[in-house]
Amino acid sequence: MWKNTELNYGRIAKILHWFTALTVFSLFALGFWMVDLTYYSQWYKTAPHWHKSIGILLFLATLFRLVWRYYNLDPKAVANHSKWEKTASKITHVTIYVLLLTLMISGYLISTADERAIEVFSWFEVPALGELFDSQADISGVIHLYLAYTLIAISLLHAVAAIKHHFIDKDDTLKRMI
Amino acid sequence: MKKLLIAGALLTTSLIAPSYAANYTIDNKGAHASINFKASHLGFSILTGRFNKLSGTFSYDEANIAASKITVNIDTSSIDSNHAERDKHIRSDDFLDAGKFSTAKFTSTKVEDKGNGKLSITGDFTLHGITKSLVIDAVKIGEGKDPWGGYRVGFSGTAKVTMGDFGFKKNFGTIDLDLYIEGIRN
Repeated sequence: MWKNTELNYGRIAKILHWFTALTVFSLFALGFWMVDLTYYSQWYKTAPHWHKSIGILLFLATLFRLVWRYYNLDPKAVANHSKWEKTASKITHVTIYVLLLTLMISGYLISTADERAIEVFSWFEVPALGELFDSQADISGVIHLYLAYTLIAISLLHAVAAIKHHFIDKDDTLKRMI
Repeated sequence: MKKLLIAGALLTTSLIAPSYAANYTIDNKGAHASINFKASHLGFSILTGRFNKLSGTFSYDEANIAASKITVNIDTSSIDSNHAERDKHIRSDDFLDAGKFSTAKFTSTKVEDKGNGKLSITGDFTLHGITKSLVIDAVKIGEGKDPWGGYRVGFSGTAKVTMGDFGFKKNFGTIDLDLYIEGIRN
């Protein structure tokens, strides 16, 4: 099944979900590591280049994911979920989407403050909008950092909740995303 | 006799009276002043950049150059090397730590006349919270009335800053400074 059903996520949604999860944690690790590289490291230029390229691709994938989500059924919550669990999961999911988008926008704003485009590998360039506000690179940098920490924290919460449903409640919450 | 006395008195007064060094404000509004730096890029070539925000005042009198004084404040966060990511890095605590040390300051302590419009300006330079003595070799470029009713004098100068002196985390050796300072008489 490529599309979502009332009971299950479709293949496209699953691929996008796990691709995003893998990418977010990889980008976090890469970003965390690359900011402390010395100037003389052979990764000094490559690591940020990959970080930005993958980030832009994830942004495109996320836009597609939101469109796909909009035109697909939203699988109903698993029957045994309590009301607060439904609310909490809804809030978590929305928060993750908001964090993803703001994180990627803040990253874009760091690199484009001087009107330099972002080169995505050597495939294409994303044009810059220039400096939209004062100290754009610095402010966006700080925001990018804290949003990244927040996204990782919330993703872990999301994962712990899924594992709890799988092993403690023994319901289908995790299974239907696999 | 009376005339002679008066003449004598006038002469004495003029000899005793200090020569009035005119006070100038650096023309940052019209951006006729710039602080530029040059750093070696891995020994391949030279990276240039500038500080876009500076302010200051000086006093200058051609007849009494030793009495001249200058104070310049530089906004360290205004560093501009034409690359947002690099500027962000230079402002970070690897280098300028501009959040903590937002101002660099030069205050002259001694100005020497080297003849032919050349000056040697010794002063205290505070950067990254550390104050060291710095010598600027300056040359007067021009002085006189501007077309808009003001009176201006301008200088160029060069100085060398050793990064190791100022406690930066990263050290790329010596930075060359190129300075152009134009002042409008107050």
